[in-house]
Amino acid sequence: MLTTHLLDVLYFIAALSFVIGLKMLSHPDSARRGNILAAIGMGLAVLGTLFFHPSASNDVVEDDRMLKLMLLYSALAIGGFIGWRAAYKVKMTSMPQMVSLFNGLGGGCAALLAVAEMKLQYAGVHGHPEAAGLILVLFTLFFGSVSLTGSLLAFAKLEDLVKDSAITLPRHTIFNLGLLAIILGLIGYTTWGAGDAGMTWGLILFGVALVYGFSFVAPIGGADMPVVISVLNSCTGLTAAAAGIIYDNLIMLVGGILVGASGSILTVLMCKAMNRSLANVLIGSFGGGGTSAAAGGGDQTIREISLTDTAVLLNYSSSVVIVPGYGLAVAQAQKICKELDSLLEANGVDVKYAIHPVAGRMPGHMNVLMAEADVPYTKLFDLEEANDALKKADVAIIIGANDVVNPAALDDPGSPIYGMPVLEVWESKTVIVMKRSMKAGYAGIENPLFFHAKTKMLFGDAKDTLQKLVAEVKAL
Amino acid sequence: MEALLTFIHENLLLIYLLAFSILLGIEVISKVPAVLHTPLMSGANAIHGVVLVGAVIVLFNAPADDYFSLGLGFVAVIFGTLNVVGGFAVTDRMLEMFKKKKK
Repeated sequence: MLTTHLLDVLYFIAALSFVIGLKMLSHPDSARRGNILAAIGMGLAVLGTLFFHPSASNDVVEDDRMLKLMLLYSALAIGGFIGWRAAYKVKMTSMPQMVSLFNGLGGGCAALLAVAEMKLQYAGVHGHPEAAGLILVLFTLFFGSVSLTGSLLAFAKLEDLVKDSAITLPRHTIFNLGLLAIILGLIGYTTWGAGDAGMTWGLILFGVALVYGFSFVAPIGGADMPVVISVLNSCTGLTAAAAGIIYDNLIMLVGGILVGASGSILTVLMCKAMNRSLANVLIGSFGGGGTSAAAGGGDQTIREISLTDTAVLLNYSSSVVIVPGYGLAVAQAQKICKELDSLLEANGVDVKYAIHPVAGRMPGHMNVLMAEADVPYTKLFDLEEANDALKKADVAIIIGANDVVNPAALDDPGSPIYGMPVLEVWESKTVIVMKRSMKAGYAGIENPLFFHAKTKMLFGDAKDTLQKLVAEVKAL
Repeated sequence: MEALLTFIHENLLLIYLLAFSILLGIEVISKVPAVLHTPLMSGANAIHGVVLVGAVIVLFNAPADDYFSLGLGFVAVIFGTLNVVGGFAVTDRMLEMFKKKKK
């Protein structure tokens, strides 16, 4: 008896650590400690459950007890080992995919436990299922499955493993609504109509929910994946909370609800950063069009600039603003970019970085990547500050960014990104765009900036070009 | 109506807890700078790994001769652990970057 009381205390401490940890995570100075605090709380909750949960002493037969403990410890060891390795081996650029993958696995965990729980309920271990209990299990099953397959697809999209068009059906929204209706019907029938056959129907629900998760994410463009991951994240949070109600387990309930609520807010904040509504992201498929943008006129010419000219231009300006994009990160060119920055600074050039809120693949992703290259925090300017700085800048140099500097977002109502705040690089005296080719950006939209009178193009791989540029500047 | 009121009465504390947790979740992160969106999402992602606790309970509850349920529980615990350990570790790696330049 006393051990369950001890477990209550551990759960309470864990719940506090989640709340305080989340709070600390939202300030740059305390974020790391907040994460560690929440991790410690989690450790207490899991270990406490292993040793003190009443269900741990279910089995009177020693062999059965040992079998389960063996299963548990080996599962914890396998999951812990792979999770740790994966987290430390993944490149910083692939961080968003990793978060999506872990989120999906959390959903998968919930879905599997719901199936097992459903079987236990029908087997009568806790008596025949009651409607109230069963519906929670089905709810967990549904959201867990959606989170699993949805996150896996989001992962695949961010890894560029699938093409959006290849998995989108005509009238996909209607197809999804149909699936959703079937799912609701299945939940209702399993709970109230199916009687003892409910287990079979529950498994069918499992299957349909897995398809729905995939289908829900399928038509959403790759550029919107961060929002989708955030939605699925809060979805998994709700699943954990529902599972918490099933087991009358307060730590799962509190942890799940916290993530569900904060995840929803985070989703809204991200949408705001892109100036779009959540409905627009989830339903309006993005990135297919770009029909009207840059369709006008054949007089569009681009001007190229040589490496030497670029070096001279940069070296003799008084202020330079660098706009890093995903292309820079993919080429692993952050460090060499920082080297160029140091060289210019040594020659008295004022160098700043303009970071768009959705630069990279996720809000804040680019800040992480630049911090990795030891660029001081104070040199990273956010959207508004950067736009002020750009007005006074001699040169804006864009490295592997595209959609976040697209003027069509401001002046072309036909553009899919119309209304998104962008970095107004054309306000500076000269714009240099460093790019591999004339290919459209991640969102698949033409960029009129490349044809702008102030713009000069410097083609080539970001890392390679930057290296040559550094050499040129050194030689001056 | 009667049933609903009874339900509310019987689960009053739970309902309070739900409501306050939601408000707390919203309040705790409502003024977060964009820089921290990614680490915060990743941290929250690790926290919902608390569903692992449920997977452990399911494994304990499964009859010892029910290999189907034991197998499900086993895989669920692996998934949950991956979510928790990987989630916190990845978040720590991201935040490590912010730490360095503070010196």
